[in-house]
Amino acid sequence: MTEPIVGTPLRQRAAQALGDRFLHEALDIATTKFITLRREAFDDFPEGERLRDRARAIKEATLQRLDEHLETLVANVERLGGHVHFATTAEEAREVVLDIARRTGARMAVKSKSMATEEIHLNDALEAIGVTPVETDLGEYIIQLAHERPSHIIAPAIHKTKGQVAELFSRELKRPGLPADPEVLTKIAREELREKFLTADLGITGANFAVAETGTVVLVTNEGNGRMATSLPRVHVAVMGVEKVIPSMTDLAVFLAILAKSATGQKLSVYTTLVQGPRRPGELEGPEEFHLVLLDNGRIAQIAGTLRESLYCLRCGACLNVCPVYRQIGGHAYGYTYPGPIGILLTAMLNGPGSVKELAHASSLCGACVDACPVRIDIPRMLIELRRQVDEEHIAPWTERVVFKTFARVLVHPALYRLGARIGRVLQRPFIREGRIRALPSFFGQWTKTRDLPPVAARTFQERWRDIP
Amino acid sequence: MSETAVPRAGAPRRVALMITCLADMFYPEVGERIVRLLRRLGVEVTLPAGQTCCGLPLFNSGYHDEATAVARRTVQIFRDAEAVVVPSGSCAWMVKHEYPGLLRGTVEASDAERVAGRTWEFAQFLVRGLGRTAFESDVDGPLAYHDSCHLLRGLHEGESPRVLLRDLKGTSVVPLPGSDECCGFGGSFSVRLPEVSTSILERKLANLEASGARCLVACDAGCLMQIRGGLLRRGSALRALHLAEVLK
Repeated sequence: MTEPIVGTPLRQRAAQALGDRFLHEALDIATTKFITLRREAFDDFPEGERLRDRARAIKEATLQRLDEHLETLVANVERLGGHVHFATTAEEAREVVLDIARRTGARMAVKSKSMATEEIHLNDALEAIGVTPVETDLGEYIIQLAHERPSHIIAPAIHKTKGQVAELFSRELKRPGLPADPEVLTKIAREELREKFLTADLGITGANFAVAETGTVVLVTNEGNGRMATSLPRVHVAVMGVEKVIPSMTDLAVFLAILAKSATGQKLSVYTTLVQGPRRPGELEGPEEFHLVLLDNGRIAQIAGTLRESLYCLRCGACLNVCPVYRQIGGHAYGYTYPGPIGILLTAMLNGPGSVKELAHASSLCGACVDACPVRIDIPRMLIELRRQVDEEHIAPWTERVVFKTFARVLVHPALYRLGARIGRVLQRPFIREGRIRALPSFFGQWTKTRDLPPVAARTFQERWRDIP
Repeated sequence: MSETAVPRAGAPRRVALMITCLADMFYPEVGERIVRLLRRLGVEVTLPAGQTCCGLPLFNSGYHDEATAVARRTVQIFRDAEAVVVPSGSCAWMVKHEYPGLLRGTVEASDAERVAGRTWEFAQFLVRGLGRTAFESDVDGPLAYHDSCHLLRGLHEGESPRVLLRDLKGTSVVPLPGSDECCGFGGSFSVRLPEVSTSILERKLANLEASGARCLVACDAGCLMQIRGGLLRRGSALRALHLAEVLK
């Protein structure tokens, strides 16, 4: 599915975001808070580093035998009375959910926060067949009211200030004059949503994990909406990427110990919901039907691909919070479902390397993401690899390739390198003021618009070397 | 220089300086200071001829065949060095972490491994290679240290420069808020997305101002180009210097 914002160049999208004062303020406050809370959580948890290594090893081992773990998961979910569907593409996944909605005569679906359903653009598809999707995570609820998309993996409305939310609620919920008070606003959302939970026929969620040995789907939330969405409606559908399967409950304990700490700095999220199939005879609550949709959508190809490590991702959002680029431009400027450093990799996984020819360069490769990632995904290395693919497959502009290939020639010929210094000294002459360069034409102006540039020295170090006393 | 202690036993007595393209072309004074300092510490410094650039800009932009050709040349130039000293963390990281991978399976593979194992970033070499930490300051403080990303997260070296600054006589050092945050340089990133790069830089400069320091100290010519370029453009009275320009 094409996404309209991608029509404008990344640089323009980023510049637009940089000019948004509210966005800047909201992002700065939120990401700084997340960074501090995460750091404190791990400072108080000496075994954290070892568990991160363990979690990474579990992810890697699981990928090596993903087919077996998925078979075990399917067998156990079915044993518990659930139905499992396998979807190769986003379209197939949508169709599976729409079929269930049609067959069960659903009119309204309550949704717990799920990036997988964002990825397959499920809400639009539900609306098109007359099923009203209602987002019940507070952040998701806010952006649904605003007709926007999530700008952060775990904090979808991170780009909004409380003042903006108050205005939005006043307008959309027809309750004029609401104060910019999170407590008041949350209470209103709660009232609005309570009624939806009770009337919805369909509960749609993602899954943070699925435990193969027990057939358990695990949801981690802070608002309890996940529990409502999985227990109140007649039918529960969980949509998850195939890489979310983990072998055992013991493994789950490892991930739960680091997930919330990485995401929000909490020891554990407020709710950890374990779902095992539909309501069984004699049970008082739970859905009549339970469906698990296993989504491939480019993931399986990456098991043997260059983006393999991105399949370790727990969707905690820690890499977004620490990314200097994300902190400046926010999630929407990235233009796709998944923002931030990991989002670039996931975008390439879902849409091919051509989709990230600009985004692959939206990183200073500072490596803060690797340090923050609970499973230490080497994001910069894969970004470089994507840049290589973009270059190799000639997706990069030819002018850029010529520049880099010329530069490469210069670097393997010291005589050309020395000549380059001499040419630079001649060309820069008209632009030097007080020993520095304040303005240069064309491409170099990208630097000098905001920063001074030092001139090439009258004598390079290698030219002075002999004379150093 | 107040240091009079005997260098650490087994410390290299002869080093090859990898000057790097940025220091060679734009900051030759940094190279000069390193040479003088090392010589005063009794270390013989050589400058193997024909140096250009480590190839990191090519590598980071995905031009890996081209970066490999540069790596091969550089390894040949430095193959016999007892120790290689580099005034930028990012270039040191390229040699130590990327050269062996790029040259794996070629005739230069073992040379690449050896050169990688013998390569030091400048501050690292003083502290861990020579065991020298006591110097005098050549500039007025207070000073604040900025961690360059490749040195801190690539080479896991945040300590050596701080030890040198902590033991520095004649000035004070203050903490820099967000010292481990990127300055926004990122090589070609700085001109591909110049507005974002500058916005990241603004944050660094604001933190520097808030620190109360008069001078920022860094161990990477790329960061210095960015931070100094920003300070100069804003007419700031604050300075940004390479560690070698501070030590006396």
